[in-house]
Amino acid sequence: MVTIAFLRNQLINRLAQLQNVFTSLWNLNFTKKRLALLALKIFPLFSHKIFIPIGFILIWECLIHILQLPNYILPTPFEVLQSLINHASLIALQTLPTLVEILLGLFLGIIFGVSIALCMCLFRTIHAFLLPLLLISQALPVFAIAPLLVLWFGYGITAKIITTTFMLFFPITSNFLDGLKQTPENYLNVAKIMNSSRWQILYQIRIPAGLPNLASGIRLATTMAPLGAIIGEWVGSNQGLGFLLLNANAQMQIDLMFAVLLVIFFIGILLYFLINTLLKLALPWTLLSSC
Amino acid sequence: MLKSPAVLVNNASLYYQDKVLFDQLNFHLAAGQTTCLLGSSGIGKSRFLHLIAGLNANSADVTTCDQKGLAGRLTYMPQTHTLLPWLTILDNVVLGYRLRRENKPYIQARELLHKLGLGEAIDKYPAQLSGGMQQRTALARVLLEKRPIVLMDEPFSALDSITRYYLQELTACALKNHTVLLVTHDPLEALRLGHHIAIMSGEPAKINYINCEFLDSPPRSLSNTELLQWQAKLLQHLQEA
Repeated sequence: MVTIAFLRNQLINRLAQLQNVFTSLWNLNFTKKRLALLALKIFPLFSHKIFIPIGFILIWECLIHILQLPNYILPTPFEVLQSLINHASLIALQTLPTLVEILLGLFLGIIFGVSIALCMCLFRTIHAFLLPLLLISQALPVFAIAPLLVLWFGYGITAKIITTTFMLFFPITSNFLDGLKQTPENYLNVAKIMNSSRWQILYQIRIPAGLPNLASGIRLATTMAPLGAIIGEWVGSNQGLGFLLLNANAQMQIDLMFAVLLVIFFIGILLYFLINTLLKLALPWTLLSSC
Repeated sequence: MLKSPAVLVNNASLYYQDKVLFDQLNFHLAAGQTTCLLGSSGIGKSRFLHLIAGLNANSADVTTCDQKGLAGRLTYMPQTHTLLPWLTILDNVVLGYRLRRENKPYIQARELLHKLGLGEAIDKYPAQLSGGMQQRTALARVLLEKRPIVLMDEPFSALDSITRYYLQELTACALKNHTVLLVTHDPLEALRLGHHIAIMSGEPAKINYINCEFLDSPPRSLSNTELLQWQAKLLQHLQEA
């Protein structure tokens, strides 16, 4: 209840501030007024991206004070930040292998996912042969396979990349295959009457028509990529953020754990943002309203 | 000058999920003229069109009067969703040349698009265009293929009446001297655009030409009272069918 009251106060304060801005606008000269208006227009576009994290941090801080949580259960945001700064070099050192695993895993996942989808779409026999294998591969939990991979490929980075790839290729294959199969009949008819060869139909009609589905597959895989790398590291490793996380947990360094979580969170967000932007640039027509 | 042959369809039979759509059907398209095919929905008009175009597995005996066959001499314009959303208007118009990996006639395509009032849309994507403009783009693509036989499957059904009226006029002028088969469910559209009108009816379906003689050639003006009388007669025909 206290937090709700607190948030309501925040809101009232913010509204009052806005009102102040409006009233003070009248006292500015013309160019300043326009600048201020522009700022007001731009501000709401970003406000939710600023206020949601700030609100989250405030709730976090409040919870600790209200519930009297000791800092070995839940450290305050400030302590986490302090730990992040204190352990900056350690965290940075451990981030590097994890980042490589994530990026390579994602890259290989996309390559494998796309190739498998294309093969399955092109050759019916391969489709019939691969489908049960794919389902089996997904029925086995990655957690169960990861120790085997460590056994076969060692403690190094290879096992983690394979784990990540193994996790990521399926959403890509499944989405892209759906897209390839759902090419509108009319497109194919028009292309056939235009005397197009089968390969040109695939290359110029079916693949582009399936790209928006591939993009959603890649987006999904991007959100899963850090998970794959961390799982790989948990099962057995001597480096990486997952390894650091386990170690910090074992040594009750809760603030370090939270700092690592924060880094993983930012890697995930940034990666998604990056991939999403690239996909939007690569597929400009998907941003338009559908026809 | 384009030489458009007459098209003869003999012994067309089509079965679809244990249903006989048509059996031993014979039909002909007059050379260089527009034939409008009317019929209630679900009767098999589109499938008949596919059959002529060779898109069906069990196809018919389709020949032309000059014995050269249909291969490479036919284009097809489905009702909607024919423009590829990932290509610009210009690239959509030259699609046939892209698919055949031939030299793309960009200059001609630009000229044609300007003529159809799409000059400003050349570099836009289909989703940025209105329905009428998309349809005009599809028309430009058909025209640029420069093929004498044109099959159209309800090309104006998704348009509002003003746009439709304008596009009917444009199409009729642009496709003069082509052998055209236009499938429609709108009797008035058939009366405006067709040199000949045929009705598809029955199960298995038969096609019968309507014996209507007009003095003027399409596109006919809607103010023609004869046209309205014919519309009533055609509607009656369709209801009886």
